[in-house]
Amino acid sequence: MKIIILGAGRVGTSVAENLVSEANDITMVDVASDKLLLLQDHLDLRTVVGNASHPSVLIRAGAEDADMILAVTQSDETNLVACKLAATMFNTPTKIARIHSANFLAYPEIFSAENFSVDFVICPEQILTEYIEKLIEFPEALQVLDFANGKVSLVAVRAFHGGPLVGRELQELRQHVPNVDTRVAAIFRKDRPIIPEGDTVIEAEDEVFFLAAAKDIRSVMREMRRMDKPVERVMIAGGGNIGKRLAKALEKDYQVKIIEYDKRASERLAADLHHALVLHGDATDEDLLESENVAEMDMFCALTNDDENNIMSALLAKRMGARKVIALINRSAYVDLVQSGSIDIAISPAQVTIGSLLAHVRRGDVAAVHSLRRGAAEALELVVHGDAGSSNVVGRKVADIRLPKGVTIGAIVRGLPTAENRDWGSHEEKKETKDATSGRDAQVLIAHHDTIIEAEDHVVVFVINKKLIHQVEKLFQVGVGFL
Amino acid sequence: MSRLFAVTNVLGMVIMIFGLTMLLPLAISFWLDDTALFAHSQAILITIFCGLVMTLVTRWHRRELQVRDGFLLVVLVWSVLPLFATLPFMFFMPHLGFTDAYFEAASGITTTGSTVLSDLDKLPPSINLWRGELQWLGGMGLIVLAVAILPLLGVGGRQMFKAETPGPMKDTKLTPRIAETAKGLWLIYAGITLACIVAYRLAGMNWLDAVMHAFTTLSLGGTSSHDASFGYWDSPLIEGIAIFFMLIAGVNFASHFLVWRAKSFSPYRHDPEAGMFILITAGSCIGLAFYLWFMDVYPDPLTALRYASFNTVSVATTTGYASTDYYLWPIFAPLWMLFLSSFCSSSGSTGGGIKMIRAQLLFKQVFREMIVIMHPQAVSPVKLGGSVVPNRIVFAVLAFLSIYIASIVSMTLILALSGLDLITALSAVVACINNLGPGFSQVGPATTFAVLTDFQIWVCSFAMLLGRLELFTLLIVFTPAFWRK
Repeated sequence: MKIIILGAGRVGTSVAENLVSEANDITMVDVASDKLLLLQDHLDLRTVVGNASHPSVLIRAGAEDADMILAVTQSDETNLVACKLAATMFNTPTKIARIHSANFLAYPEIFSAENFSVDFVICPEQILTEYIEKLIEFPEALQVLDFANGKVSLVAVRAFHGGPLVGRELQELRQHVPNVDTRVAAIFRKDRPIIPEGDTVIEAEDEVFFLAAAKDIRSVMREMRRMDKPVERVMIAGGGNIGKRLAKALEKDYQVKIIEYDKRASERLAADLHHALVLHGDATDEDLLESENVAEMDMFCALTNDDENNIMSALLAKRMGARKVIALINRSAYVDLVQSGSIDIAISPAQVTIGSLLAHVRRGDVAAVHSLRRGAAEALELVVHGDAGSSNVVGRKVADIRLPKGVTIGAIVRGLPTAENRDWGSHEEKKETKDATSGRDAQVLIAHHDTIIEAEDHVVVFVINKKLIHQVEKLFQVGVGFL
Repeated sequence: MSRLFAVTNVLGMVIMIFGLTMLLPLAISFWLDDTALFAHSQAILITIFCGLVMTLVTRWHRRELQVRDGFLLVVLVWSVLPLFATLPFMFFMPHLGFTDAYFEAASGITTTGSTVLSDLDKLPPSINLWRGELQWLGGMGLIVLAVAILPLLGVGGRQMFKAETPGPMKDTKLTPRIAETAKGLWLIYAGITLACIVAYRLAGMNWLDAVMHAFTTLSLGGTSSHDASFGYWDSPLIEGIAIFFMLIAGVNFASHFLVWRAKSFSPYRHDPEAGMFILITAGSCIGLAFYLWFMDVYPDPLTALRYASFNTVSVATTTGYASTDYYLWPIFAPLWMLFLSSFCSSSGSTGGGIKMIRAQLLFKQVFREMIVIMHPQAVSPVKLGGSVVPNRIVFAVLAFLSIYIASIVSMTLILALSGLDLITALSAVVACINNLGPGFSQVGPATTFAVLTDFQIWVCSFAMLLGRLELFTLLIVFTPAFWRK
């Protein structure tokens, strides 16, 4: 696929890294030539220096025959203009724009084809905020990822001594929680994947990935470890884009304190937040944390722009008695460094947000992609089309599908609205249909050996190794006979 | 000196407009053939002549008014117009001293509604109408009226508008042009008044009473043409209508304006004062009704509710109607009502007192102080309706409160020095500075201010002007810095 990426920032770079390895032609556009030179050195891609919202720059980048434009520059306005240009001048099939400002997002009609022509809108801050919100809602989990508009969740949890299922075979899970349908999709033991079978024994310290309906998450987790008490008090370090959104989302249901270093930014923060307590100071200042009772915090989230600051303040908070600490860490080397230490969860923004972009790059009808374990594994939500003749999966039992080793079908969601209404972005009517249809009609089936897959099902597939993704895409693609 | 001349020029024009408003009582007097025709016609001639002379003599000094000129003009308008407003009273009742006549006129124009006159029922209708009309004109503001009619005030008009409109935050313009805002406000005001007239008429008043009481209801003035005030009709329906329109007039007219323009009620929801105003007033009505019932003032709860609601709303909105002598109630009730009158009505309404918005800001400032003591590094701005209020305004409100309290204390002391008892002195000052009307004891709802000496009357007149112009506008003219070049 020919892809043009506008903007060589964090998002642009991490998308490029992910896509280059999947045999795509990538052209990168940015105003900063030094950044591009650096990228060109270690990634196999072309670069163009110039303003991404200028037609001539887009022509030089080869927009005429591009399959996709990814506008991820720092400026919302540039991204919008670039998408509009791509639509009018080159008729580019897929146009994706990254939008920061909630103000644009509040008026989804401006993204439609006759206006800015953005096919998919991506707001990394929003995705990250939702990701962290889930972690606060389920403080025991390492990761909670939604599929099919939140009908099914993939949860990663570390097994501990004391969980009823720890030290037992997986097949006993059914007897332990008879009313709950769940499926363990993968187990990572000492960072090595294990394909779960009925007789696999869960050990302490295992990282278990399971799929379950959102309401069942808690009862399944209870099997793996002792449950903590629910989170009430949250402290957020850093009132940037993410910290502010998170505080805003949490302030009604939790007691939120947010620390911001910049005086003016903290004033703006105080203006926007109505219940949260805004503190002006340094999150690595021991006295401040002490006087604000960090020891009483159920959750401490370090969300500044600075990796080192996040690590330090999270470590400090943990040392001073915060129950659970989360740190936002951009550099992947640091993530590896701290993950198993005293920081409970290290979040790599690029890994969290990349999935929403990857969903549009994958061949076949992919509704959602979540990158797992720092990109090594992936979970996909695929939509099945065709009939028994044209498709390899429709009409077959799960056991009969020739899945590559290391790929598991975890869950099937039946009765979701069709593609044009499904993706988030672009369409005004999207919201209504989402509310109207997806909530009631959709039915969650946890995949068993004898479950039969039907057309238009959403299938959640867990891929242990990224190299297998091509095979999965191929398997789910509709054959030649189907048009 | 040129400042005084320039201001006098505009003042002359305002006086001429004011003279024209006297045509209404003249017409009524002519139509009903009452005994005050002579008084009105002479008053009009003198007023318009004076205005004309002032304008013509100073016409070479005419210029765009500056900020300070604006303050001076506002103060002059509000202190000089009562002089002309006294003319019909003086001509008709020569026995009434100038002091009492000025008090009566100032009490009208500042929407206070205190009176030194008794036997109101025997006054000619045109004189009573003039008392009501004075309040109606003063309710929305004379300068606002002048700005709406006279385009020549120009940019300076905006400053005067600000100096006259009550409330701490006056920088939000409803329309791009200030004259349009002024016109809009007056139209809304007149429109609601018309509705009130019709409602009163349908509920059983005669036309004259309906007009006169609608004037004094919407302006939250409280003057009545009957000694018994609303007790004269003793009708729950009329009292209900009065309550409704008093509550409407106690809400910021800017919100009414927005509602009218947007054709939806959502601006009321965004008005941070309106909700609190209704909540506190309604809560007080119900609470006091229970209290009166419990104290056996009224035998059944419904009667208690009727009397408690009407008198509480009337006092809380600084109107000052009475349907009974509430000073005879257990002392907590009238004290609580007097307390309400000092902060309940909204900024931009026709009510008096420090206004709900200042009370809210003060309250929030107290909370902020507590948060800052507990969390020394907290950033905690004062917020109202979801948006941040600049510190400058919070300080201004604090300063306002200090002067407000200082004024009440000092004038109460002056009245006490001149021989009044404490309850009378304090309640008279509070009733005047809040533009409420009746006080307690010697100046209670069942009596008048006529018992006071001339000196005490002048103190009360000053308190009324001070309250109507929200302290700073009046006091600033008395500072030496104001007159420095």
